[in-house]
Amino acid sequence: MPDLGIEVLFKGTNMLRLLQGLWVAMRISLISIAVSIPLGIIVGALMTVKNMAVKAVSKVYLEVIRIMPQLVLLFLVYFGTTRAMGINLSGELASIIVFVLWGTAEMGDLVRGALISIPKHQYESSQALGLTKSQTYLYIIIPQTLRRLLPLSINLITRMIKTTSLVLMIGVVEMLKVAQQIIEANRMSSPNAAFGVFLVVFVLYFLACWPISMLARYLEKKWS
Amino acid sequence: MAEPILEIEQLIKEYGQNRVLDGVNLTVHKGEVIVIVGPSGCGKSTLLRCINALEDIQGGIIRLHGEEIQKGSASSQKLRQKIGMVFQSYDLFPHLTVLDNITLAPVKVQKRKKEDAAKEAMELLTRIGLADKANSYPRQLSGGQKQRVAIVRALCMHPEILLFDEVTAALDPEMVREVLDVMLDLARQGKTMLIVTHEMSFARAVADRVIFLDQGNIVEEAKPEEFFEHPKTERAQKFLHVFSFDQVKKQEEGNCSEQSESHL
Ligand SMILES: Nc1ncnc2c1ncn2[C@@H]1O[C@H](COP(=O)(O)OP(=O)(O)OP(=O)(O)O)[C@@H](O)[C@H]1O
Ligand SMILES: [Mg+2]
Repeated sequence: MPDLGIEVLFKGTNMLRLLQGLWVAMRISLISIAVSIPLGIIVGALMTVKNMAVKAVSKVYLEVIRIMPQLVLLFLVYFGTTRAMGINLSGELASIIVFVLWGTAEMGDLVRGALISIPKHQYESSQALGLTKSQTYLYIIIPQTLRRLLPLSINLITRMIKTTSLVLMIGVVEMLKVAQQIIEANRMSSPNAAFGVFLVVFVLYFLACWPISMLARYLEKKWS
Repeated sequence: MAEPILEIEQLIKEYGQNRVLDGVNLTVHKGEVIVIVGPSGCGKSTLLRCINALEDIQGGIIRLHGEEIQKGSASSQKLRQKIGMVFQSYDLFPHLTVLDNITLAPVKVQKRKKEDAAKEAMELLTRIGLADKANSYPRQLSGGQKQRVAIVRALCMHPEILLFDEVTAALDPEMVREVLDVMLDLARQGKTMLIVTHEMSFARAVADRVIFLDQGNIVEEAKPEEFFEHPKTERAQKFLHVFSFDQVKKQEEGNCSEQSESHL
């Protein structure tokens, strides 16, 4: 059996540190998604209004955020705010801001898609039955929108968790960073540790995301 | 004659520059079944949508029991409950079971007790042979079954008039009959109905009065026998000719009755 160097993870608190790193990644993505969902619903609803100006602004926002690599956004917010505005953000806070900007755009697009996918005759047959506008939204449109939305937004959570691996670039010590530190520290004693440690990182990412995507798939099936 | 339920006077409806209804006059009496026929695009759907306040109108007046119907007004919201409408597209709510589809409006709009509404819904479903589907979702039903449920959903609000807009047009041929039978049954019960259809033999069987709409106006109005045997206007003759031609073709294939030929 080749030496994978996994044993370095059992030295001292290394495994615990790795798990803490995973927790940092999860914390950033969960907080971000919790903020992104309500904001995304607002942005998505704005994108469907008839007002051209509102539509244009939200469209530009969405496109800019999507085109820009997340890493550039991270640098812009983290280094930019420090230099330009003299505000000192922690790496984690900067990450959350970027993820919220990104998540809101993505969520907004999902909400818009879900809203416009509800056929016009759903509104009309509800009104023809005498339901008021707000009852129509409450009992007909929103439940159908949420059903379409939930699996998609769960997928967004897993995408966010995966993308947190970028935040090490602005000094946030998340799982990948911890892994690098462990490998560095044991360079002499276990020169082969890189493969084993990253393998464990891979498994941990998988264990974090897999149940979430299973849930998404289950909901998708149940409500399709 | 029975009391008038619905009165339409000089109704004008425009989409932009396009005048779709040009001064339509129509009175519907209690218990009457009126079938509206006419070429595609003549404004049949638009007329029904105006009656149900789904469209704003540019002129004239629509009254239900003397009360004016106007899109967006608070009173129309109430009047709408007295008008049942079934559309061509399957318009059941996909996230609700058949039973919930039917009881939603009675419970939320008319504030009836859930049990009472459900009891009535079950009776109506039994009547159309779909009691066993009460807890199914719309996606589990055939097109014909969906349309029958949509009719029951409208009925459960106890409307005073029912509007049907080509409810069988999107159905496979073998399912048309089951839906038309439900409508025939309603006509026999004395319900007041306004039906848009292109099923001419059904129109003949169900109608008290046939209205021929063309280019936004009522061109001819007559008893069904009269209309189908001896249409007075040239436009109606031309319109009916299309259907008789259809039947000649069928006859050539050897599966048509004698009488269809007679009014060629
Ligand atoms: N929302 C709309 N905006 C603009 N024009 C419309 C709209 N709805 C209908 N029209 C136009 O109004 C006219 C009448 O349409 P309507 O749907 O009432 O016809 P119809 O008699 O029901 O036809 P069909 O037999 O094909 O259903 C058509 O010329 C159509 O193009
Ligand atoms: Mg139509």
